Amino acid sequence: MSTATHKLLKGATGDWEVVIGMEIHAQVTSNSKLFSGASTAFGGEPNTQVSLVDAAMPGMLPVINEECVRQAVRTGLGLNAKINLRSVFDRKNYFYPDLPQGYQISQYKSPIVGEGEVIVELEGGKTATIGIERLHLEQDPAKMLHDRLPSQSLIDLNRCGVALMEIVSKPDIRDAEQAKAYVSKLRSIMRYLGTCDGDMEKGSLRADVNVSVRKPGGPLGTRCEIKNLNSINFIGQAVEVEARRQIEIIEEGGKIEQETRLFDPNKGETRSLRSKEEAHDYRYFPDPDLLPLEFPQSYVDELKAKLPELPDQKKTRFVADLGLSAYDASVLVAERESALFYETVLDRLANRARDGKMAANWVINELFGRLNKEGRDITDSPVNAEQLAAIIDLIGEGTISGKIAKDLFEIVWQEGGDPRALVESRGMKQVTDLSAIEKVVDDILAANPDKAAQVKDKPQSLGWFVGQVMKASGGKANPQSVNELLKSKLGV
Amino acid sequence: MTDLTSLMLAEARKGLAAKTFTSLELTDAHLSAIEKARMLNAFVMETPEQARSMAREADARIARGDGGPLAGIPLGIKDLFATKGVRTTACSKILGNFVPTYESTVTSQLWRDGAVMLGKLNNDEFAMGSANETSCFGPVGNPWRREGSNTTLVPGGSSGGSASAVAALLCMGATATDTGGSIRQPAAFTATVGIKPTYGRCSRWGIVAFASSLDQAGPIARSVRDAAMLLRSMAGHDPKDTTSVDIAVPDYEAAIGKSVKGMKIGIPKEYRLDGMPAEIEKLWSAGADWLKAAGAELVEVSLPHTKYALPAYYIVAPAEASSNLARYDGVRYGLREQAKNVTELYENTRARGFGAEVRRRVMIGTYVLSAGYYDAYYLRAQKVRTLIKKDFEDCFARGVNAILTPATPSAAFGIGEKGGADPVEMYLNDIFTVTVNMAGLPGIAVPAGMDAQGLPLGLQLIGRPFEEETLFSLGEVIEQAAGRFTPARWW
Repeated sequence: MSTATHKLLKGATGDWEVVIGMEIHAQVTSNSKLFSGASTAFGGEPNTQVSLVDAAMPGMLPVINEECVRQAVRTGLGLNAKINLRSVFDRKNYFYPDLPQGYQISQYKSPIVGEGEVIVELEGGKTATIGIERLHLEQDPAKMLHDRLPSQSLIDLNRCGVALMEIVSKPDIRDAEQAKAYVSKLRSIMRYLGTCDGDMEKGSLRADVNVSVRKPGGPLGTRCEIKNLNSINFIGQAVEVEARRQIEIIEEGGKIEQETRLFDPNKGETRSLRSKEEAHDYRYFPDPDLLPLEFPQSYVDELKAKLPELPDQKKTRFVADLGLSAYDASVLVAERESALFYETVLDRLANRARDGKMAANWVINELFGRLNKEGRDITDSPVNAEQLAAIIDLIGEGTISGKIAKDLFEIVWQEGGDPRALVESRGMKQVTDLSAIEKVVDDILAANPDKAAQVKDKPQSLGWFVGQVMKASGGKANPQSVNELLKSKLGV
Repeated sequence: MTDLTSLMLAEARKGLAAKTFTSLELTDAHLSAIEKARMLNAFVMETPEQARSMAREADARIARGDGGPLAGIPLGIKDLFATKGVRTTACSKILGNFVPTYESTVTSQLWRDGAVMLGKLNNDEFAMGSANETSCFGPVGNPWRREGSNTTLVPGGSSGGSASAVAALLCMGATATDTGGSIRQPAAFTATVGIKPTYGRCSRWGIVAFASSLDQAGPIARSVRDAAMLLRSMAGHDPKDTTSVDIAVPDYEAAIGKSVKGMKIGIPKEYRLDGMPAEIEKLWSAGADWLKAAGAELVEVSLPHTKYALPAYYIVAPAEASSNLARYDGVRYGLREQAKNVTELYENTRARGFGAEVRRRVMIGTYVLSAGYYDAYYLRAQKVRTLIKKDFEDCFARGVNAILTPATPSAAFGIGEKGGADPVEMYLNDIFTVTVNMAGLPGIAVPAGMDAQGLPLGLQLIGRPFEEETLFSLGEVIEQAAGRFTPARWW
């Protein structure tokens, strides 16, 4: 698959290409921490989910949580990546109060997951392939609370030691859209796998973005790292403003200094956090408290066999089996919950071969449209999959027209209820009785003789008559019958 | 009742079982000996209340007939072991009055088996030292003195308090730890028996870490048999320490008195140092002769990378220490110095909390791990370590059961006599012992004789991984041949 064309930025000296690499920190979904038995639940009272190991008491030792290893391997498989049967935990040494041990246990030279790739969906149905450099396991630091006391900072160790997967991309990302799409895709894959909840507001997913600019095809520029972006929109904005900043500096004859920067969403700018000279020397070395992490290939194979269907596979299946367009399929699979909703609708349909595609249109256009308008989530939809399937069945079998179906959808959205029963009780059934329709057709033809005469020359004006008949029948006439009747009566 | 302190552990066990005396009596005898020996500074924390309560409990257990292998035996605990509710400081100011809410795995196994805690023993700060002179509680006196001299000598280190207390009959045995010789060197300096078991034999959980890949707990005791009894309780797999090994703990005591006939004992030629005192040389030959007389076969072996062991050790150990000691930052427990900001908090707390030797090793360790130096120092030292390990493996592959060496290059020296100007002078104490830690092997130091000044000297036996039993059998032969050595009381 070839990388889609990407957006170049215009500068005073011509076009610029942005080169982006990302480090995603994803909290592993697990009950307990990476090296201790303390709970990982979010939102507990400060310092209530802390083991002796997390607090780095003297003589405490880390013990690897197998569940976190399993989740990392599953994520690696989801990223089509090489799983390393032997990996090593290292200590990354630096002093900060959010790090009780004085070092973070991480993986430096030998990560648990090696190279892989993900395909990201872009606007207009295009895709781009982004390489994964590696994924490794490490400890999340504690949370510092700087605003509670005037002259002191407080520390909450609840988060300290929670497992993180650091997913490092290759510098394959070329613009803000790709950057956003990449994070969305990773998040989607991890949600399908259940390995990270992807909740950026709670900090379960954070991104560090490396940005540099160059003339298209030219040598790589000096990069700056923007730390700790916690929303997909901020990632897009940060890439834009940082690339613009760099272009401006270079075009004014300046030089980019390699440094770490922070994005200020309120001011819409990035600012320097520390320069390369101020960068820490982490003094990495293998953690002597932990043996190398080793497992057999059979362990990986077993996990692979039990992986759920992932978005790309699901998309392929929707296209092949149901005839959906690639675009529609990718919209449906983008979030696990949407795909689940759609598949539940499919399961409930009386005839999925006939109506599967229609169901996709309904989910994407009517349901998603309505949900977006009201700012609601699919998991919180007033119309459930069973109700939507019933509506689609009613259309498919010819009991109601598409137009009536929209009214019916609205009633179900507002009031709930069984769509089939509603159609009965509210007299929304389509009129298929030809004599009843014929009467209406005759009346309308009689009332508009001029227009009827024109139809022979302008067959497209037939539609006007169809509309009139439908209107007169309160939308209940079967549009196909109306069409046929009109044609025979007008001789077209 | 003071006689009770001179019993061997095995004898005391018999007496307790026969109800000749109670654990409370035995414990009181030791508590009173401790009180009279305060000038030795072996104990940094006496816990008489707890000792008596544990003794009463042991007596009750013995009466019920479920005494446990160490029921009622009073022990001293090196201050590196976390003891629940009892101040644990690693003899460093930086831990202040730290009282753990947890008990180390090794000590909890001793209490499980009925042992009684008399108190916490002095050691070099964070176990960094070979003379017990770096403790924030001050140096420890060796119960042994040169003939006709009143000079107080060091007991060795880092487990100086353990060795001194056992030699002075203040406790029936003691826990100790050994990173480069910290059990075996003090044992040799005090005519006690000390064994550092195979790396992974004892859990490190709850022991203040110095250098994680080298640290190992073991006992210091009055005899080889006593050491075997203590190690049996201390050893065992612990799921809380990933590096501890899941192999059943044998009945070490059963190895005492077992024939060593046909065993192949290696004499490494590289351990014959230039300028080694003739007495040490003589002792080494004597040891070889005793083993030969017992039916063992002696062979010369080569451990060609021995000369690199000490320099490599002084890279690996400080590197790990610099990281292990980063947690002592004044933020959560222990000493906290006043400061205007967090960097100053670290600087002030660590500058005041750590002693000179600890600061030196933290600096060395930080340096050897830093960018640009890692490959030249740490990585190379690890390669040397692999070679040292291979030296031993080659030797054992040729059928060698154990290796006999001197335990130390000299007898005990006076407080302040060594390492004042050049720390390397002190580091050289570990020349015969560090290789064993670097290779993760078991090593035992057994008293073997006296030097011309009347100071004890020890021999070391190095064994195959997890073959501590061989060391106990061989150690017993040396002990039987050399006899026992008890210091004359002057304290």
